[in-house]
Amino acid sequence: MTEVEESSRQVLMLGLAGEMFALDARQVREILDPIPVTRVPGAQPYVSSVLNVRGKVIPLADLRVRFGMPPASITPDSRFIVVEIELAGEPTTVGIVADKVYEVTDLDTSTLQKAPPIGMRWRPEFIAAIAKWKDEFIIVPNMQQILN
Amino acid sequence: MNENADPADVFRQESAELLEQLEQALLDLEQRPGDHDLIDTAFRALHTIKGSGAMFGFEQVAAFTHEFESAFDRVRKGEAAPDPELIAVALNAKDFIRAQIERPEETDAVIGVCILADLRKLFADAEARAPIETPESAAEPPGKPAAKTTTWRLGFRFNKDVLVNGSNPLLLLDELRGLGDCRVTVHCDRVPPLGQMEPDACYLEWDVVLTMAHPRSAIDDVFMFVADDMELKVEAVDEASAIMAPEAATPIAQAAVAAPESAAANPPTGAAPAPAHAEHAGALAETSAKHVETSTIRVPAERLDEMMDRVGELVIAQARLTQLASKEGAGGAKGVAEEIERLTSALRDAMMGIRMVPIGSLFGRFRRLVHDLSRDLGKEIDLTTAGEETELDKTMIERLADPLVHIIRNAADHGLEDAEARRAAGKPPAGHINLVARHAGAEVLISVSEDGRGLDARRIRAKAEENGLIAAGAALADAELHQLIFLPGFSTAKEVSALSGRGVGLDVVKRTIEGMRGSIDVATRPGQGTEITLRLPLTLAIIEGLLVRVADARYAIPLTAVEECVELSEADATRSKGRSFLNIRGELVPFLRLRELFDEPGEPDAHQKVVIVAVADTRVGLVVDQIIGSHQTVIKSLSKLHADVPSFSGATILGDGAVALILDVPHLIALGQARETRMQSSTAEFA
Repeated sequence: MTEVEESSRQVLMLGLAGEMFALDARQVREILDPIPVTRVPGAQPYVSSVLNVRGKVIPLADLRVRFGMPPASITPDSRFIVVEIELAGEPTTVGIVADKVYEVTDLDTSTLQKAPPIGMRWRPEFIAAIAKWKDEFIIVPNMQQILN
Repeated sequence: MNENADPADVFRQESAELLEQLEQALLDLEQRPGDHDLIDTAFRALHTIKGSGAMFGFEQVAAFTHEFESAFDRVRKGEAAPDPELIAVALNAKDFIRAQIERPEETDAVIGVCILADLRKLFADAEARAPIETPESAAEPPGKPAAKTTTWRLGFRFNKDVLVNGSNPLLLLDELRGLGDCRVTVHCDRVPPLGQMEPDACYLEWDVVLTMAHPRSAIDDVFMFVADDMELKVEAVDEASAIMAPEAATPIAQAAVAAPESAAANPPTGAAPAPAHAEHAGALAETSAKHVETSTIRVPAERLDEMMDRVGELVIAQARLTQLASKEGAGGAKGVAEEIERLTSALRDAMMGIRMVPIGSLFGRFRRLVHDLSRDLGKEIDLTTAGEETELDKTMIERLADPLVHIIRNAADHGLEDAEARRAAGKPPAGHINLVARHAGAEVLISVSEDGRGLDARRIRAKAEENGLIAAGAALADAELHQLIFLPGFSTAKEVSALSGRGVGLDVVKRTIEGMRGSIDVATRPGQGTEITLRLPLTLAIIEGLLVRVADARYAIPLTAVEECVELSEADATRSKGRSFLNIRGELVPFLRLRELFDEPGEPDAHQKVVIVAVADTRVGLVVDQIIGSHQTVIKSLSKLHADVPSFSGATILGDGAVALILDVPHLIALGQARETRMQSSTAEFA
């Protein structure tokens, strides 16, 4: 992500398989309670279904698949986060499944670090940065790469 | 009203329409050179472009159009005949104006200079040929009352907001003065007391006695731009009385000037004779009739799409309401829900209607194309069109333009013979292209037919064999052979003319049409001509689909592809998977199990159904668990993230808010065939 230097950035904190992720709040359009989705046979496993958001059919992405996390079913805590990101130069609306949505918070950009190239279970290109928040490590995912 | 609209954009849109009018008028003029209405239409279009061009800062456009207009004025005055040469130059000039408006930075002013030079040369030639015609009015200096002058009495008043709209009455008066001897009287009766006066309103009225050598239409030309915003009364005055006593000829002015107090109480025309009233009323009625005619508004297409989405949401919300109301049985709720259901569906239909535009606008463009083709190919070609009023989704009309251009070009270039060959074949020397649009059920048929030589099946076969598109000596019906012309890399044209070399082949035409869920039929008779028919759905936004269930998921199959539905017999269902064939009235039809294709786990329903779909002449059965029924809905495209899934052409939202995918039948069949081939080869290995 190439951003202008700011001291802090608003992010949405969400939980997924015990890990914390931070999404840039500017990308987030809305947060929905889980609604029925439609499976798309033959689609990539990380975007295996579509859903209807206000009359638009949008894909639902599952970050678990991209981060090699075990699949889990939808619980009452689950949320669909609707984000708008630029894919191949076009703004695209995508839903993201989260086990739990915590809060919108300011993230101190000075705590942002580049993902270490080794010692990680995850593919480094999927991670824009690692940040520290309340003594916990947080993953700032690179959505463009994940959905590419 | 869009307040943010760039006025220059408004001008661009308006001038695009005016230029189209101009082009039509010029083309018609070629057919009917004596038609004065056409000349006037063309002249008016030019005049308006000039005027609003200057107003919106398109100075170059205004300057060029002015020159063009002055030249064209000679046609209007009958000094030059609108012969084909002149029309050709005029069409070039029209193209140049369009280019200047749309791409000013890419347009070289030199082209304009050349066009004007051409125009002048044509007129010079015309004068040389017919020197007797010219002197009459052109030689006469305007403004000098000569033998053939007429005196006119004009009374006019403007709408109050005329100044706000950018018109300047003083300039109009100056223009009147330019026409001849002018006596102007102004009336201030309508001017309110200072306290009530709006500073930008026009309260004045004028009476003018004008003696000029020009025809009456010159007066109308002066007021052309403001004609809708004013009342104008023109009457011819007896020459003698006008010369003798101009005052006597202007009772309106006299009365108003003499008795301002009484005029302030009465309407200003109160002193005028009664017939003037009637005339005024007539003029007013005419203006209001004009307003009715042109009461359209421009709306950007995206807004319509947005509204369509909203209506889609409304339909879904309404379906939920209906469900709830029926469940709770809460007395009145059901009635209201039904009412809303009715209103919603009416709203949706109306919304669909808004997107539909008549295809005539598209057909209009082809007249110019055929005109140019006729000139470039040296063939005489008549174009006839029918069904211009046939309505089609706006986005489709735009996407149809290029394919139709290509088909018409092919018809003119390859289909029609030259005059000599036509005479030899006993046909009239002028080739004929007929462009027809019509509705047929839920489809629109657009056909391009010509009376040319017809497709040569032998040549197509030879060419296809040469290119390796078909095996040598392959048994193909004529209809199949004709479809070969739509394959990529196929062209029987021996030489590539400037016209054919546009990089768009018939294969692209086919792809575009299929992209719109349409198909192409070819009918040809050797020596008598070829007809190419495009079959298209009414709209891209809506699909009439057959809703089916496979496991727990619902899918929509485009109804146009569905031939019939049958039950999958027990025997067929349990038969070995290598032989998935149905016997439909003695014909073997292969079938695909959608459960397998979509990797649905679990056991299929006991009584599975088969939906027989047809693509071109291939029929295939799709095995589903249940046929739910037909379903008409708005098509939603899938995002880029699902671009790699060819089985589905889009999605639709069902009444309960769930998403159903729309099957892309041609791709599904290809997928199923690939799978079947794989299965056959693996069972072969097994054995």
